[in-house]
Amino acid sequence: MSTPMGFGRMHRKEDARFIRGRGGYVDDVQLPGMLYGAVLRSPHAHAWIRSVDTAAAEAHPKVRAVITGATLAGLNLDWMPTLSADTQAVLATDKVRFQGQEVAFVVAEDRYSARDALELIDVDYEPLDPVIDARTALDEGAPVIRDDQEGRTDNRIFDWEAGDRAAADAVFARAEVTVSQDMLYPRVHPAPLETCGAVADFDKVTGKLTVWCPTQAPHAHRTLYAMVAGLPEHKIRVISPDIGGGFGGKVGIYPGYVCAIVGSIVTGRPVKWMEDRSENLMSTAFARDYHMRGEVAATRDGRIQAIRVKVLADHGAFNGTAQPSKFPAGFFHVFTGSYDIQAAHCEVTGVYTNKAPGGVAYACSFRITEAVYLVERMIDVLAAELGADPAELRMKNLLRPEQFPYTTPTGWEYDSGDYQKTLQLAMDMAGYDALRREQAEKRARGEPMGIGISFFTEAVGAGPRKHMDILGLGMADGAELRVHPTGKAVLRVSCQTQGQGHETTFAQIVAAELGISPDDVEVVHGDTDQTPFGLGTYGSRSTPVSGAATAMVARKVRERARQVASAMLEASPQDLEWSVGESGGAWTVAGTGASRTIQEIALAAHSNLELPDGVEGHLDATCVYNPPNLTYPFGAYICVVDVDPGTGQVKVRRFVAVDDCGNRINPMIVEGQVHGGLADGVGMALMQLMAFDEEGNHLGASFMDYLLPTALECPSWELGETVTPSPHHPIGAKGVGESATVGSPAAVVNAVIDALAPYGVRHADMPLTPAAVWRAIQGDPIRTDLAIT
Amino acid sequence: MQVPASFEFERAESVGHALELLERYGPEARLVAGGHSLIPMMKLRLAQPDALIDINGLAELSHLAVAGDTLVIGALVRHAALLADPDVGRYFPIFHEAERVIADPVVRNRGTVGGSLCQADPSEDLSAAFAAVRADAVIAGPGGSRTVSIRDFHVGPYETVVEPGEILTELRVPIRPGAGSAYVKVERRVGDWPVAAAGAYLRLGPGGVIAEAGLGLTAVGAEHFTAPEAEAYLIGKEPGEAVLREAGRIAAESCEPQADQRGPVDYKRHLAGELTFRALSRAAARADGSQS
Amino acid sequence: MRISVTVNGQTHVRDVEPRLLLVHFLRDELGLTGTHWGCDTSNCGVCVVQLDGVPVKSCTVLAVMADGHEVTTVEGLEKDGELDPVQQGFVQCHGLQCGFCTPGMLMTARWLLDRNPDPDEGEIREAISGQLCRCTGYENIVRSVRWAAENQEAKA
Repeated sequence: MSTPMGFGRMHRKEDARFIRGRGGYVDDVQLPGMLYGAVLRSPHAHAWIRSVDTAAAEAHPKVRAVITGATLAGLNLDWMPTLSADTQAVLATDKVRFQGQEVAFVVAEDRYSARDALELIDVDYEPLDPVIDARTALDEGAPVIRDDQEGRTDNRIFDWEAGDRAAADAVFARAEVTVSQDMLYPRVHPAPLETCGAVADFDKVTGKLTVWCPTQAPHAHRTLYAMVAGLPEHKIRVISPDIGGGFGGKVGIYPGYVCAIVGSIVTGRPVKWMEDRSENLMSTAFARDYHMRGEVAATRDGRIQAIRVKVLADHGAFNGTAQPSKFPAGFFHVFTGSYDIQAAHCEVTGVYTNKAPGGVAYACSFRITEAVYLVERMIDVLAAELGADPAELRMKNLLRPEQFPYTTPTGWEYDSGDYQKTLQLAMDMAGYDALRREQAEKRARGEPMGIGISFFTEAVGAGPRKHMDILGLGMADGAELRVHPTGKAVLRVSCQTQGQGHETTFAQIVAAELGISPDDVEVVHGDTDQTPFGLGTYGSRSTPVSGAATAMVARKVRERARQVASAMLEASPQDLEWSVGESGGAWTVAGTGASRTIQEIALAAHSNLELPDGVEGHLDATCVYNPPNLTYPFGAYICVVDVDPGTGQVKVRRFVAVDDCGNRINPMIVEGQVHGGLADGVGMALMQLMAFDEEGNHLGASFMDYLLPTALECPSWELGETVTPSPHHPIGAKGVGESATVGSPAAVVNAVIDALAPYGVRHADMPLTPAAVWRAIQGDPIRTDLAIT
Repeated sequence: MQVPASFEFERAESVGHALELLERYGPEARLVAGGHSLIPMMKLRLAQPDALIDINGLAELSHLAVAGDTLVIGALVRHAALLADPDVGRYFPIFHEAERVIADPVVRNRGTVGGSLCQADPSEDLSAAFAAVRADAVIAGPGGSRTVSIRDFHVGPYETVVEPGEILTELRVPIRPGAGSAYVKVERRVGDWPVAAAGAYLRLGPGGVIAEAGLGLTAVGAEHFTAPEAEAYLIGKEPGEAVLREAGRIAAESCEPQADQRGPVDYKRHLAGELTFRALSRAAARADGSQS
Repeated sequence: MRISVTVNGQTHVRDVEPRLLLVHFLRDELGLTGTHWGCDTSNCGVCVVQLDGVPVKSCTVLAVMADGHEVTTVEGLEKDGELDPVQQGFVQCHGLQCGFCTPGMLMTARWLLDRNPDPDEGEIREAISGQLCRCTGYENIVRSVRWAAENQEAKA
């Protein structure tokens, strides 16, 4: 594969270090004199803390500090703000509110001793009744979890609605057909293979704090540390090194990070803290946990007219979701999906429960995963009611190309789309009609086979700053580009790769704009001392926001090059034309052969060439990109499953995925992003689950119980593409990081339910484990969020 | 990450040396071979032995051979070795089918047959497989060796008849002509512990009737990992579908599964019957030569 | 206790606690941070190294159990400046994203090809079934190993 001058398939620049074991992740950071921290966690879901005795731990010969909630209270650091402007205990002082909550922090000479010392801390708990089932959180007399908040008498966090209730109700009142379905999108965890952790190094002499931490949003972390700890922001440097997967779970600030910082301040030495896998699953950001009721109104011939949704959202013990401030349910109100629907309304109620906080997370584009799952399941429920083919029903109701830009009943403006073409391509690739024939033959023999379709529209690239912020920080991102005298470039961006290949694709964007080789572009990211401010990488926003910033800053540099070229060529800037030929980018005097390459211009820009008044030397620029709108990637997925009715086992036989993410910078990387998201969909649909027993014990607190798909559960993915550029994005790209995770769970579940149709099954909740499938066939479905009894 | 508490470590040079070390360190010492059950428990600090005695160097426990009409399997034979051995596959497909679904290929490189049996986890596949084929376990102690039927080996969850000062040294499985065997497991995901599993061993006598029947049941609360009533029912009958289904029904009735996140009781009981039937069907086809 | 372990051809003698896990011996004692850890329970496989040529999960092996044995880590795959074909395959076929599972995958892939130079897709999937990847959906890992099988003599 040769290196293209701009867009196209090229091998990743970052691979060279990873295949040699030379990646640099946070646990690889070794500093002289470094100490190790470990967190003591609550075994109870809800309990008063009566006392914490640290004497024995402090007496351990290798222990250097033991920090408790009382220690932090003395520093006014025992509580910290969450990304949703709630508060969260750093180390509990009054009560523990979920199993796994942070209670104390030990700092010792080595990691083994730190762990040993945890056993020496004696905490006296007085257990309280927990709230585990979200459906009981608002019951009269339910234990009040957040009694730390003055005047609070219940567990309600918010009530929120979107759409037009009266218009939707009016359509329902006269509809020919209505269907209703309760469904749960259960609590899951992104479970990157690298857990969270931090190395904090506070230099007492300079007053500078350096924190190495695998964060998806290093600049937001720096600002929040400044706000929380009262440290001056210019004295804080956050370095996000190589990250072993994020998927949303590494957006927020966790108590362990704050403890590592305090540990370093207290001991005067660097402190490393790495959570173990159980800590990761029990305490860091979960995702979903949406209890939903969907209703659809339609005509008898299958024209969908209205959709209503009610959601009970389980937010855990602290409201720590990372939605833009105006949107407590994220972008869930994109639930009208890809369809032409007259009226829609949703109401969402958020509640506290005695479970871990979070909800930022897991490749969901701010709750769009839940919304897509809801609407795509409802389409299949409607198809079953009407006796219609689910593909035909979708085809009939999808938005048409001429409707774009399209404003949805809940206020979103979809930028561009050609939905029928995409669905048709997926059906052609799958051989849809032949599959339906095969299914009919197998059904006649009593062999359940299912075909599931999901069509999704994503809303990514948050976002326009007047509408979108997190804790008051607007969601615009910066880029800085510098071209050195020899024509080599350094790009600095605020987003942070966790495997998405930014070092490659962002170099390709610069390469395309400047007509230089991507090999000649170094991408710097993840270090707040070295990069411009921005909110980072989540919600599939890197290409839509930072990618746009990169293109814009490169165009600024190109314009500066035009001024320099005009001096070199002694021609008016207006007479110069930009072109990228085989030898690269160049400004040419129109109608002549007089031309200067970008490399020649770069050297001249740094030379003694006399420049006209008002033209600065050098070739560099900065840019802050404020997106005018979100971008709306979409796709059509078809999953084929076989079910063993005697055991309930599901085998995913095929999975066809056609994605339209606008223009593709590096198709190889785009396909890789899709592959990973599809595996996630299989995992969530079939096995990934965090359930809790009635005492609040976490039943998925290790990889023995929280199951992730292996190579043997995943089929060989069959990918296709259509390209509908975004009209407002500088390079027509839309973002793709989360598309497959958003779109795929519904396809798998729809396939399984389709297979079970002969047994009269219309719905069963994820994950569709063998037990869940078998019980669905028996007509006695399992409640998957609670312990199986 | 999670790390074990401190302990002393000794490397055994022979079975005799291992027995000496066990005596010296007393009941709080544990043998370690593959370590894939014990070390995770130690990391969770659910197990905190005073001493570990490493028996990985004992070549005398790594033998795997057919001796006359007996398959002899040393306790230190790795899962991967049992799975790779062609004689084991020829005489006892049940072991290959069980091994293929135990943990994963990398863990199977390390974990041992003896370690699995001594861990005595109620969800452990080999315990049922050995129960189905009526193996004998050979246990060495200070006073010499003793042989115990595998069906007397497990005395309860995580409990065996191996005393603190003893070592399981080998398993002996009788090879009989005209036999077939199979193992069938349902798991939530590859590498997971079973929701339920069943192994079957059938030997057909003159006229194609069942002369010997062995059943092994995993993770469904079957006493000693087996189902004697169902075995007795099969003797003297032709292995037709109705007979094998009835054996499955009897086996399911004899189980006492517990609900957990792998499934509710009714489902696990259903699986006990269904998987027993499926394992018996395949074992019968192998016994009469219609399936390899 | 004093142990002597040969890692990537070089013998290291160290005094270690018996409880030290092999993964920590490699990472913290020897500074070979290419081997990662991810789960504590030997489920994820990011800690896979070869012990006497056989892949094992180094989070579940004690360093003292490697005394007198040979360990090969990802850092030992490249020989005399030449990448192993499996390393090249992962680059050619985009077999990695975040890179965290990659070292373990490479060590198992190398072992598979040593035993079976021409594995089919199913055999590759089986071989890596004890190792999780959260990024690639495994598709390109399978292709990477196939690439290495077809290019066993490839020089970097």
